[in-house]
Amino acid sequence: MTTTINRREFLELAAVAGAGIAGVVFASGLRQASAAGSSMRKDDFFFLQMSDTHWGFTGPAVNPDAAVTLEKAVATVNGLVRQPDFIVFTGDLTHTTDDPQERRTRLAQFRDIVSKLKVKPVHFMAGEHDASLDHGEAYREFFGELHYTFDHQGVHFIVLDNVSDPTGSIGDAQLQWLRADLARLDREAPIVVLTHRPLFDLYPQWDWATRDGAEAVQALLPYEYVTVFYGHIHQEHHQMTGHIPHHAAKGLMFPLPAPGSVPKKAPIPWDPAHPYQGLGFRTVQAQAGGKEYPLTEWPVTKG
Amino acid sequence: MKSIKRALILWSVLALAAVGEAAAAEALPVVQQERVIQVTAKVSEYSPQEIILKKGEPVVLELTSQDREHGFRLPDFGIREDIKPGQVTRVRLLPQRVGRFTFACDVFCGVDHEEMVGEIVVVE
Repeated sequence: MTTTINRREFLELAAVAGAGIAGVVFASGLRQASAAGSSMRKDDFFFLQMSDTHWGFTGPAVNPDAAVTLEKAVATVNGLVRQPDFIVFTGDLTHTTDDPQERRTRLAQFRDIVSKLKVKPVHFMAGEHDASLDHGEAYREFFGELHYTFDHQGVHFIVLDNVSDPTGSIGDAQLQWLRADLARLDREAPIVVLTHRPLFDLYPQWDWATRDGAEAVQALLPYEYVTVFYGHIHQEHHQMTGHIPHHAAKGLMFPLPAPGSVPKKAPIPWDPAHPYQGLGFRTVQAQAGGKEYPLTEWPVTKG
Repeated sequence: MKSIKRALILWSVLALAAVGEAAAAEALPVVQQERVIQVTAKVSEYSPQEIILKKGEPVVLELTSQDREHGFRLPDFGIREDIKPGQVTRVRLLPQRVGRFTFACDVFCGVDHEEMVGEIVVVE
């Protein structure tokens, strides 16, 4: 069962100090949802989510600034007064191409641009544009494994690959790996899942789903503190499956319409009066040992 | 006679399986001759992209690929199938609701994959 979080219930606009940038702050739909503040306790940390940079995309009506959008995003992140502990990229680093050599060129260019991020480490994952046409072969040459885990200050992060199989599946082998990884954790362990596609059927008519995502959610449900961050849909979106919140991030090349809001999915055209509208990234503050995650949405402003 | 009866039961079962929960709550349909509609798939498009059906008319879509593997996902009918080169994928439909229902390729197939969509249009 899924429930859309009533964003108004916990949305709180706030002016956030930092390079003169206004961020939009709200608490994610977790237990004891509290308005996000900019203050941090000693054991808190925060990370930054960037998504769907689609390096290599061209389309002047959609983004006439495509050749420099990623550089501006990097500059904006580098301009934050408080730098995150680490950065995650939730897929579609590059825009797809049928030419394997061009794919590698785009991956290399992307890697070079984001190497200018001040914060290390950076955790990457693939989107279908990066990995579906060659089962992740080129992606692995540049960024390594497609699914993996890492830990940070007591929070267990699981990166799931639901794109290197062109059917948009996680697959039995990876699901088995997931179950084995979870089996060694305490039921109250804080867990963050990072992936590209939604793990639930957000809007399958637009391929906004993971074919066997329900099996991953089923494996996660016994754990009390699980939060999922993903990309793919190029907009902020918040939804629950049981007690698990799923947060989609804005993209960094073009926004897409709300699920099912138009007959055909297509990028929202560039608005010259509001350049970069709909693009952005977010910071995620891990509070209470990784059991609460207030989010702050940031626009791209540098350039 | 026995074999005809068996065929009718089989058709009803298949039809219900294809139309999913929406039809399950309704009375069994009157059995009609099923219309066969050929649908080809190739990177970036289905042909035809719009398939017009009459409410209550049983049809079989015969899906074939002209290049590589594709998918056929029709969420409103609870249907998803693979379309593999050299094979015919048959999808039985018995539309019970008037409206427009999007189908899409759900096997990432190239630069124009996201263009690969179509519509079932059900009319009275």
